[in-house]
Amino acid sequence: MLGSTGRVPAGTPVLEVSDLQVTFPGRETPDVRAVRGLSYTLAAGEVLGIVGESGSGKSVSSLAVMGLLPGTAVTTGSVRLGGQELLGLKDRELAQVRGKRISMVFQEPLSALTPVYTVGDQVAEAVRVHNRVTRQAASARAVELLDLVGIPYAATRAKAFPHEFSGGMRQRVMIAMAIANDPDVIICDEPTTALDVTIQAQILEVLQAAQRETGAGILMITHDLGVVAGLADRVLVMYAGRPVEVGSVDDVYYRPRMPYTMGLLGSIPRVDERGRSALVPIEGTPPSLAALPTGCPFHPRCPMAIDLCFTSEPALERVGGPSHAAACHLSGVIDDQDLGPVDVYPVPEIPAAAALRLPRPDRPHVLDVQGLVRHYPLLHGAVIKRQVGTVQAVDGVSFDIREGETLGLVGESGCGKTTTLLEILELKAPQQGRVVVLGRDTSGLTGQQRTALRRDVQVVFQDPMASLDPRLPVGDILAEPLRTHGTPKDQVWPRVHELLRLVGLQPEHASRYPQHFSGGQRQRVGIARALALEPRLIVLDEPVSALDVSIRAGVVNLLEELKTRLSLSYLFVAHDLSVVRHIADRVAVMYLGRIVEIGDVDQVYGAPAHPYTQALLSAVPVPDPRKERARRRILLQGDLPSPADPPSGCRFHTRCPRFAALDENARRPCLDLDPGLVPIAEDQQAACHYAEPLRVV
Amino acid sequence: MSVPGDGLVEIVGTGGALPGEPPPPDETRAVSHGRLVLARFTRHRLAMVGLAVLVLLFVVAFLGPYVAPWSYTKKDFTAFLQPPSSQHWFGTTQIGADVFALTLRGMQKSLIIGLLVAVISTGLAALVGTFAGYYGGWRDKVLMWGVDLLLVLPSFLIIAILSPAFRSGSWLIFVFLLSAFLWMVTGRIVRGMTLSLREREYVLAARYIGVPSHRIILRHILPNISSLLIIDATINVSAAIISETSLSFFGFGIQPPDVSLGTLIADGTSSAFTFAWLFLFPAGVLVLIVLAVNLVGDGLRDALDPNSVHK
Repeated sequence: MLGSTGRVPAGTPVLEVSDLQVTFPGRETPDVRAVRGLSYTLAAGEVLGIVGESGSGKSVSSLAVMGLLPGTAVTTGSVRLGGQELLGLKDRELAQVRGKRISMVFQEPLSALTPVYTVGDQVAEAVRVHNRVTRQAASARAVELLDLVGIPYAATRAKAFPHEFSGGMRQRVMIAMAIANDPDVIICDEPTTALDVTIQAQILEVLQAAQRETGAGILMITHDLGVVAGLADRVLVMYAGRPVEVGSVDDVYYRPRMPYTMGLLGSIPRVDERGRSALVPIEGTPPSLAALPTGCPFHPRCPMAIDLCFTSEPALERVGGPSHAAACHLSGVIDDQDLGPVDVYPVPEIPAAAALRLPRPDRPHVLDVQGLVRHYPLLHGAVIKRQVGTVQAVDGVSFDIREGETLGLVGESGCGKTTTLLEILELKAPQQGRVVVLGRDTSGLTGQQRTALRRDVQVVFQDPMASLDPRLPVGDILAEPLRTHGTPKDQVWPRVHELLRLVGLQPEHASRYPQHFSGGQRQRVGIARALALEPRLIVLDEPVSALDVSIRAGVVNLLEELKTRLSLSYLFVAHDLSVVRHIADRVAVMYLGRIVEIGDVDQVYGAPAHPYTQALLSAVPVPDPRKERARRRILLQGDLPSPADPPSGCRFHTRCPRFAALDENARRPCLDLDPGLVPIAEDQQAACHYAEPLRVV
Repeated sequence: MSVPGDGLVEIVGTGGALPGEPPPPDETRAVSHGRLVLARFTRHRLAMVGLAVLVLLFVVAFLGPYVAPWSYTKKDFTAFLQPPSSQHWFGTTQIGADVFALTLRGMQKSLIIGLLVAVISTGLAALVGTFAGYYGGWRDKVLMWGVDLLLVLPSFLIIAILSPAFRSGSWLIFVFLLSAFLWMVTGRIVRGMTLSLREREYVLAARYIGVPSHRIILRHILPNISSLLIIDATINVSAAIISETSLSFFGFGIQPPDVSLGTLIADGTSSAFTFAWLFLFPAGVLVLIVLAVNLVGDGLRDALDPNSVHK
């Protein structure tokens, strides 16, 4: 193999980091101490997961290892790569090491590739930088590498440009470049965060293949405890720039000894558990690295904090097993009594909705969507536009929501779920089909009636920063719906205060601007705005996906509590299947503008009948190492087809694992006939010619 | 704890505030947006200085003639081209006119022309730009077609052709003519910004609440492009004063014996090095006006933008 540096035997340490400290000196502001004493060893052939929320210092520490931090950062400690000290090396010397012995895969695969060179050239460049080989040899090696990471028709595709690749394919290219020189260490910084679950499963598979090929040690940086559960051998949890717990995956997941780790584990909804009980939220938000609290940085959020925690910061000390260590004054106590997340954190009680006690057919419809169609014309030409095609964003979607229930609408990006939601919110006649909100058909509404109906249908958007006007104080943002719908002047401000209290904020926050709030608080403001007019249906567009893990649980609990207290119905659009399982009563799975499976959430998650649902569910990582290791993933081939040119017959047949297993004759219906939704169980319908329930989680 | 699992409240209470934010008011008197903006503006010291200078300039320009010993039409035939003295504070011109009186008269015209043109042209740009950008469709096409047409037409020629028709009328018509040819480029920029703002989620949220379009433009779109508009308006003040000069120079606009700062500066330029007072005083006043307007603009921009950290 070209450029091989000779494989390091598995088990020998390749990367040793000790007491790494990174500080960004502030000029007028206090210094930001991004990393405060990080030590770890990575052995060849090992996967070390570094888990933490945004601002915990996990990415900064990996950039420090690569020597990629800006010149203003002050880095101390030691980073040894195979015995060679990297800190303090000149950039020129580091360039000899980077990409050859240590390489990196970034989160955003689009910005990590140069748009003006072909993919093959970029991979070949990675080869040529460190090896004296001919152009032809490098190109041949590039094709070989692209083939290795699973890019079909590698020789042809190597001549394509990055924009012709999908996100998942680009990330494969990044991995190909990372392994081009057979490195000893591969650092992956959130490599799958920007990708859909089915693509994430593919990429994780590729990473494992890459590791087998190179025998490298992998440093996997992520905020998702599920991703590392199945992949990593050891896990290191970071908080406020320090490691707070480190150990084997089993130790950390089954016997966490630091309350923060416990909180993280308790706060994630799980796709494999039918959950009606509330999540365990960690109160508060991660501290600012420029103004850390004294003592243990976690003490303001820790339910177990004692006086000692306020004054002295605990060191990382061994607890329990030989390789298990935690930085907590109370880890001994936790270990002795074998406490779990539920023992440490108070679990909030959330009563069941009154409306849900009635059987489903007896409850009135809140939203009824029948055969909704939304096509966008594909125009071409500069002066005279002519239609060259049709993007079938939503193509015949039907579902209903009854009072007091939550329908989760799930699917990968590009499946049409956001278009569906926006079509409903427009409250106008759709291109085809019917939208009936609270018994009123939207096609027959006058302008006035439509405005009046808006009181009852409200929306919460994904990005809490983008959905609040930065130029308005929160009080005015909340007052807007009230003023618009003619609330008497003297009642506006009392109602604003009431709303703030309802979502767990304080009335004096009314005169602050959105940017003075944390992400979770902003999302609470967004929810308060949606509640202002006492609506009956709230449409939630990925309301928690932009939030940190520990904040997410609080917002999910709030949504559940509000639903019960105010007898709301939710249309919950998300790509995160675990959250949907937790919060939804029913779920609809979308693929290429169609609903392929719909039904009761436990029914669909427990025994999905459509092969797409099965693949989707099997791709969701579970934060349970044993389960994760034992799981068999149904990997989908390729990417989502273009909605401008959907496949004939069943739209899923191009990627369908069940279709692939059929013989010629049995395939015919899939190729020719568009399947409709057929009942599978009492409240479960699937659109597949060969629907067959299968347990996947 | 009102909501389970909520401890988020603390962070805003302790560390969330920016330095210089007012302390949270008590619950009964919630402070609305308008008052916050006003409070920030009045706290902006330089803006207050600029505002004071502007007011002072107005007072001097309009009340000054009553105290000044000479009027702008009167000539002192005993003093031609005299440097500043106790008799003629700013000196005299070639024909014995008092430069101080002329400058005051010029200020009256130029202050009004500059400020009015700036406000009208920026206002027009904001109106047309946001309207076209927000509504889109045929309205956008028609408006942008009009903008492009105005951009292509030689404005100077149009004003030259039209001005005889208005010669008898008030010089205020001239203000409208000037502003009518200053707004197009900004209008196009505003439209572009509106196009991207229209897709923002907070605008969508307002639409789905049922807020009427004109209120969305007023409350959500205009404030978010206010920085651009304010900068544009401050630049337009000097642009208007200067372009008035060039038009007046060719015989349109302000005609003798009436004067404006522009005509004074144009007349004084040739003797800037020999008889400096002819040029320096009107030019100094122009600089003062532009500076004051800029300070006020900066203050306004900072006041409208809660993110800007003013030191």
